[in-house]
Amino acid sequence: MSTQESIAKDGVDAETVDAVKTVGEKYKYGFATDIEMEYAPKGVNEDIVRLISSKNDEPEWMLEWRLSAFRRWEKMTEPKWAMVNYPEIDFQDIYYYARPKSMIEKPKSLDDVDPKLLETYKKLGIPLAEQALLAGVEGAEEGRKVAVDAVFDSVSVGTTFQKELAEAGVIFCSMSEAIKDHPELVKKYIGTVVPPTDNYYATLNSAVFSDGSFVYIPEGVKCPMELSTYFRINAENTGQFERTLIIAEKGAKVSYLEGCTAPMRDENQLHAAVVELIIQEDADIKYSTVQNWYPGDENGVGGIYNFVTKRADCRGDRAKVMWTQVETGSAVTWKYPSCILRGDDSQGEFYSIAITNNMQQADTGTKMIHLGKRTKSRIVSKGISAGKAQNTYRGLVSIHPKATGSRNYTQCDSLLIGDQCGAHTVPYMECRNNSSRIEHEATTSKVDEEQLFYCRQRGMTEEEAVALIVNGFAKEVLQSLPMEFAMEAQKLVAISLEGSVG
Amino acid sequence: MGEAKFDNPTEALLARHNAPRKGSDWAERTRHAARERTLGMGAAGRRDEYWRYTNPTSLNAFETPDVEILQLEEVPVFDGVEKLLITFVDGVYSPELSDDLSGEGLEISTLEDALSADIHWASDVFGVLETNGQSPVNRPFAALNTALAGQGVVIRATGKVSKPVALRYCRENTTSDALIHHVIRVESGADLSILENGAGASRLNTVMEVDVADGGSFHHLRAQGRDHTRLAMTHIFARLGAESHFKSFTLTVNGRLTRNDVVIDIVGGNTKASVAGACLGDGDFLHDDTIFITHDAVNCESRQVFKKVLKNGATGVFQGKILVKTGAQKTDGYQISQALLLDDDSNFLAKPELEIYADDVACSHGSTCGAVDENSLFYLMSRGIPRAEAQNMMIVAFLDEAIQEIENEALAEDIRARLLGWAERHKG
Repeated sequence: MSTQESIAKDGVDAETVDAVKTVGEKYKYGFATDIEMEYAPKGVNEDIVRLISSKNDEPEWMLEWRLSAFRRWEKMTEPKWAMVNYPEIDFQDIYYYARPKSMIEKPKSLDDVDPKLLETYKKLGIPLAEQALLAGVEGAEEGRKVAVDAVFDSVSVGTTFQKELAEAGVIFCSMSEAIKDHPELVKKYIGTVVPPTDNYYATLNSAVFSDGSFVYIPEGVKCPMELSTYFRINAENTGQFERTLIIAEKGAKVSYLEGCTAPMRDENQLHAAVVELIIQEDADIKYSTVQNWYPGDENGVGGIYNFVTKRADCRGDRAKVMWTQVETGSAVTWKYPSCILRGDDSQGEFYSIAITNNMQQADTGTKMIHLGKRTKSRIVSKGISAGKAQNTYRGLVSIHPKATGSRNYTQCDSLLIGDQCGAHTVPYMECRNNSSRIEHEATTSKVDEEQLFYCRQRGMTEEEAVALIVNGFAKEVLQSLPMEFAMEAQKLVAISLEGSVG
Repeated sequence: MGEAKFDNPTEALLARHNAPRKGSDWAERTRHAARERTLGMGAAGRRDEYWRYTNPTSLNAFETPDVEILQLEEVPVFDGVEKLLITFVDGVYSPELSDDLSGEGLEISTLEDALSADIHWASDVFGVLETNGQSPVNRPFAALNTALAGQGVVIRATGKVSKPVALRYCRENTTSDALIHHVIRVESGADLSILENGAGASRLNTVMEVDVADGGSFHHLRAQGRDHTRLAMTHIFARLGAESHFKSFTLTVNGRLTRNDVVIDIVGGNTKASVAGACLGDGDFLHDDTIFITHDAVNCESRQVFKKVLKNGATGVFQGKILVKTGAQKTDGYQISQALLLDDDSNFLAKPELEIYADDVACSHGSTCGAVDENSLFYLMSRGIPRAEAQNMMIVAFLDEAIQEIENEALAEDIRARLLGWAERHKG
């Protein structure tokens, strides 16, 4: 990757063109499912909000909540502070609601779900049968179960293991079901972590969210299996607005995974989600994301705009939350999973790998708000930038005057592959008492020539060598993922960087 | 702002100062453009990204603050150094209190004289580097300074300058709003040192534009005035040619509000730049270092080393950025900002940024914040050193990494003595 080689890469010989072409094809999940859909009319207005609410048979208070969010959203402007550039989004040129026609009558069980939908998830490696393991994972422990909620465009297709979970007292269902079946819980918690007024995209989400996952873990319960949601955007010109709410009562514990993919299309599609986590005394939530939305092609055509608000509120003492994210997809990512450390001795962790290649742009990071005494936070962020991509870490650590004895450690490292890309770090650190400590380190470097040479000597191709080095660079984060995801993520790291080596 | 006759606060800000003596055409054109620039960008406000931690209200206020003049009995800083002394009283050049404006390897004149010359080399620098420094972040106080400053010196170093030029800022009036603008050019192979000290005014706004040609060296050492409630807003805009050398160090002790902006553009390869600062604050004190270094050439090194000791509710702010442009390969960028908080009321707010568009670079930044290490204190106390003294030793040791950026050992020692003096006065 010397400068000379990079210049050679920009040349126009046939081999190069072919090599670059194959990159776009490497997105494994780029197929579209041909399925009959029911759409709400394009655009967003109060009628669309009412329509979405009525499609979900929502109570009046939910509709009012949505409408007040919508009225506020109309007065808001899009945030411009992130280091991302994209053409203006026409919010009236998007379908806000799309569901497969076969879902109009909600299937009673997974057996009744349209086989085409089940086939789609099977192709994605997420079979919606109640089997012990996710497909394609070898060598995983026997008997590990993962319950899946599958969201297809605007609706949840089905949720597995609901019965077994219910026996443990755990509620795991789609958001639309939760509003119907557990209105008191939804009403009590929705919008209390990310208020409908929070930011442009969260407010829009509050008005038009169609589905998402709901998890309630009662006091003292350790969720008997991993929970996961798989988001799939399929329909054209459709935005996905899902809302996830997870509540862990006193002493509860849960690990939640989230995956997402979309077909390859030339248009940009919008995904604006809100995730709220509520963690009470001694409770523990581990939230892992492998974000693999379609990133657009090598010229930056198409791809998902991923504008997501995720926040965890550690309300009780000794509450614990861990965000882990592997961000390899999306044309533009704007995402800051945050922790409000309100309870004394509560803990927040954020592990992130963000990989951008070709024309991708990512502006991602976290906020750690220390309010309780002796609260701890740890941030490990690894940004990898290749092609012509821009990758920004943006984070805030704020230790309030009363959060005495608190501690933060932040490490953000950036790796640049090629001389056309950018890597940026924008941390904010606010320390307002002296018994707390903040430490921040950041480095930016390129793939070490000597390491590369060493691997090449052992017979690896240059791409394999880079993938290995990058995996090593990102190991600290990969290790904090649940096993099923760790394997997938490692493969993803290699795929995302394919074609990035001169 | 108070004055109803102005349409907007920026006009009020401009109206606060008397018009400077009229200069020649090029100077007036530059001033006019600066005035337009100021009006265009508007006054600094809390909503501006780079004013989020420092409230500019007192800097914007129409009324000039009334600040008691600090009477010091100790030997002034840099007193023992042989120097060419230039004195400003309440922001106005004082020939009586200054040496002759001449020296070996130096061309030196007042800003007034330089700006009234029809042809002057300063036309390539005055307002030019300041304008370059307005992107991507607006610095309205600098534009205002270019538009209205009538005082300052214009220095051209043509060879090895035998002694440093010392700019001393004295005060006689308790209320004074001073604008001082220096224009400096260090020619190829020349070597110039500038010393600055004193509060200068109850509210001081300075701009120093420094153009260092290929192979030139520039050293800057500054001790800001300690008058308790004074306000200061300073700017350095530097352009560094190939194989040049730039070093700047600032000591800030007390003062109610200090904002030091440093904007450096590295345009030639193999250049070295270092910006450092030590600050000590007790009580109603806010100190803000906002540093912006742009690498636009290969094989350059830049360092930012800032240390702050804060107590009794003092606030330290650091906003530093290293921007490496496409093609600025082999850049070595280093940035460290650290604060020692001596009690629970003090604050440290930092935003150390990296923006990098080249792959073969090594850039790092670190930032830490915390109390004096109890274990180290215990170690010293167990050796018979009283607690307060042990703490002072730790303060001085903490600040020393910044002091080490000063090349001249004698001057570094002078600064160290001042630090210790502060620690003694503010013991416990």
